[in-house]
Amino acid sequence: MITLLKNGKIYDPAHKKDGVIEDIYIYQGRVIPKPLEPSKISQTFDLSGKVVMAGAIDMHSHIGGGKMNIARMMLPELQQKQAQETKHLTEPEAHICTPHCSHNTTHHSIPSATDTGFRYIEMGYTAAFEPAISPVNARQAHLEMGDTPMIDKGGYAMLGNDDYFLRMLAAKKDQKAINDYVAWILHATQAIGIKVVNPGGINAFKFNQRRLNLDENNSHYQVSPREILQSLSRAVHELGIAKPLHVHCNNLGAAGNFETTLNTMGASDGLPMHLTHIQFHSYGTEGDKKFSSAAAQISEALNKNKHITADVGQILFGQTVTASGDAMMQHLNAKHANPKKSVIMDIECDAGCGVMPFKYRDQNYVNALQWAIGLEIFLSAEDPWRIFLTTDHPNGAPFTSYPHLIRLLMDKAFRNETFAKLNLDAQAMSNLASLEREYSLYDIAIMTRAGASKLIGLNDRGHLGVGASADITVYTDQADREAMFSKPDYVFKNGELVVRDGVVTKVVWGATHTAKPAFDIGVEKGLKDYFDKYQTMQLDNFKMSNDEISHDGRGSIVVHDKASL
Amino acid sequence: MKNYTLSNEPTSATCPACGLLCDDLILNATGSESVKNGCAKSITFFEQSFQTDISASASLFGKPCDLNTAISAAADILRKSKQPLFAGLGTEVQGMRALMRLAEKSNATLDHMHSESTVRNTLTMQNSGWLTTTLAEIKNRADVILAIGTDIVSSHPRFFEKLVWNTDSLFNKPTPEIIYLSVPAENTQAGIAPNGTPPTVIPADTASIPEIVNALNALLHHKKIKAETVGGVAVSTLQAVADKLKSAQYAVVVWSAASLKFSHAELTVQSIVQLINTLNENSRAAGFPLNSGDGDTSINNTSTWLSGYPTRSRLVNSKPEYDTYHFSTKKQSKLCDALLWVSTFNPHSPPDIKTPTIVIGHPNTQLEHQPDVFIPVGIPGVDHAGLMFRVDSSITLPLKKLRDNHLPSLSDVISKIEASL
Repeated sequence: MITLLKNGKIYDPAHKKDGVIEDIYIYQGRVIPKPLEPSKISQTFDLSGKVVMAGAIDMHSHIGGGKMNIARMMLPELQQKQAQETKHLTEPEAHICTPHCSHNTTHHSIPSATDTGFRYIEMGYTAAFEPAISPVNARQAHLEMGDTPMIDKGGYAMLGNDDYFLRMLAAKKDQKAINDYVAWILHATQAIGIKVVNPGGINAFKFNQRRLNLDENNSHYQVSPREILQSLSRAVHELGIAKPLHVHCNNLGAAGNFETTLNTMGASDGLPMHLTHIQFHSYGTEGDKKFSSAAAQISEALNKNKHITADVGQILFGQTVTASGDAMMQHLNAKHANPKKSVIMDIECDAGCGVMPFKYRDQNYVNALQWAIGLEIFLSAEDPWRIFLTTDHPNGAPFTSYPHLIRLLMDKAFRNETFAKLNLDAQAMSNLASLEREYSLYDIAIMTRAGASKLIGLNDRGHLGVGASADITVYTDQADREAMFSKPDYVFKNGELVVRDGVVTKVVWGATHTAKPAFDIGVEKGLKDYFDKYQTMQLDNFKMSNDEISHDGRGSIVVHDKASL
Repeated sequence: MKNYTLSNEPTSATCPACGLLCDDLILNATGSESVKNGCAKSITFFEQSFQTDISASASLFGKPCDLNTAISAAADILRKSKQPLFAGLGTEVQGMRALMRLAEKSNATLDHMHSESTVRNTLTMQNSGWLTTTLAEIKNRADVILAIGTDIVSSHPRFFEKLVWNTDSLFNKPTPEIIYLSVPAENTQAGIAPNGTPPTVIPADTASIPEIVNALNALLHHKKIKAETVGGVAVSTLQAVADKLKSAQYAVVVWSAASLKFSHAELTVQSIVQLINTLNENSRAAGFPLNSGDGDTSINNTSTWLSGYPTRSRLVNSKPEYDTYHFSTKKQSKLCDALLWVSTFNPHSPPDIKTPTIVIGHPNTQLEHQPDVFIPVGIPGVDHAGLMFRVDSSITLPLKKLRDNHLPSLSDVISKIEASL
């Protein structure tokens, strides 16, 4: 009945535990205090010398929804390559890949829903969040996540390019009306956060604008990205949901975009915002090639602006696919696709998407510098609670390369050795080799567990305190951090042992995390009129019910309330 | 008077009869003539559905049997089979999820009844990608619509009513200009605007579409064409089309892969995609590929997130494989050693293949040759709930259960077969 994890070295930053030797007791899926009656302990794992952390949480990973399915459909050749190198066994071990998969980026850039769950849990990740659900496509995103086993999931709904919101903003509707709409969207899409991608830009592209700067107006609505960010960050803040507005800045990937990023930090008037895959937004225009690292300026601003959090969106070398809601910038960059193809979509007066394969090459100046910029940001960010480990899966690299990335952060010699092999011009333009920092296990536990849980507002995940959901990962402490984080000894999901020695031993189904702040149902009056006049589906069918996620007996919904933190 | 719905009150319904997936239908308890917002296709669909024999029984070689006997006979066939073919696949998301699980257990090859058309689009997407749009964008933005080789309304009847002649649009756009290329003039009535403005009709043979689209591409690239006509169409006419597309605020090019019935039609789809890409260098335009129905878009999407591949695919020891050429029903009909035919929306008959055959489908399925096993199942969106992808793939809508009866759903039957394997 009670499971005892004995003598593990506990890394639990939420409780300031940095490698202390302690026991953990699990009962009915939760961490409990030491029981009064030891006789009730039915199972003991001796974890002497092992590293124990909460299950890891990926706060930004494209795991479900239309654009990932487009990527799969468009790129059968990548999957065929992946399949050829995938060992085949009977279930549930049927989904075990080669020992090399974690650091070979040709793999798993577009895993099936099933593979996504297996690959995550095998690395000790117990939750992942889809950061770009277009509200009209929410049902598909949840269907795909519903077919993703092993892990918990959730998503951020995209707003800020939808005509309904832009009309409200242009009409100068009051903040309460905006807040009601934002809350209504969270309910209707079963999301836990709100994201804005290239604020106003995806919409502007539909009016044939090709770039949009922070203070430039969308030509039709005459509103600027700054106004969109102000309005949405305030709505999220006033609604009291934990997850700050998730911001994919304007000008992704463009040389010189760091200024947009710096200015964006000031756009919310001090209200919390999360700048996502900030590496892609940290480019200067110095040097012969007019492309340089602005990691120093970005990190300095990040360190100074306490209301800002960021994830990195590290790139790693190899073949992957970029899948983004940013139709405007993906269309602009489609000429760089490799292989040369792209799918761009305008979606339903709601959003857009752009999907294209991409190959990051270590001898290419820009790619090599992108790699260095990501690491420069990681190593210069002073507060590990405000920076998060991501590759913007699959855009910078597949999530399966996280163990490799962790080694780059924790092992300076390994990092410098890799750096020394890159394009020489890029090396000359980066100060990476001078950065001495090595992340500690405690820092990694903050970035991938405690910090991520706090950011999203998951309350009972990402830590090991009494009452926590017993999502727990146990590693063997190895000098090779990549080997260590590739293959945990044990992973427990809700207290059940589901992975042993990096191999799935039991298939389970995780919950879907949501936020459902209160709102005035009167908001539906305007929406109903809008849907009837301009949309092509009924308002009632736009909304997803709880039952759609839980009816099959596998899925379940957890509603998070900031007040209960 | 036939009782149409669960209650005697008018009931809203989502219609799975075509890719538009209209969800504004109101069915009255009194009969089909009062299907509000119905079209020729939806009225036929609901009439046909409500006239089904809900007491239809499963059968073995045409002899009625109970459901469990039929299920175990089907499981027997699949157990003995080394390479079964699952064809038809006329179902929605939940049915396809069940079929994928069964396919994994039985090493099946999967192919949809309309994939001959779908593959033309998929190959193009895999070769060059494309730039496409969705229904609400067309409704609110399109000011020029070029329909290539399709009248649109034969396969998607309410396209013009809902998306083109709408009086409300977000941006006060003008009434769209319609251009039909290679569509018989008698089929272009739907393109006449409510104020009487006729569409531009450019007659041409279907077989000439490839060269005409290539000529349009050349004109967009400012190439001089020496010939006076291309595919029987005056170059000056094509120049006028190119100019209209270029000056449009938001041009939409519609094609139906099903109507491009010539070999290597994927190359023509690719030319259409190039045309759209060229337009987007300076102005805005987008493509709109129509689908063929019977759940083609739904099953392709479901297959893709579950296995990584759209259909035509195969599962070998639960490892998915993909091959649009070898895994066609036509090719596999010579190679498979068992056939599972699924058609739940319409009573489509299976191909005549001399292997043990299981038919799971519409209760009214007419069978020329009695299959080893026939299991009638409910119609999604009538007899049970379901989920369906719209033609533009971006929207998934719930289908409703509209009446009570004892017909099992496809996914129930498939799950039971899977359990008894």
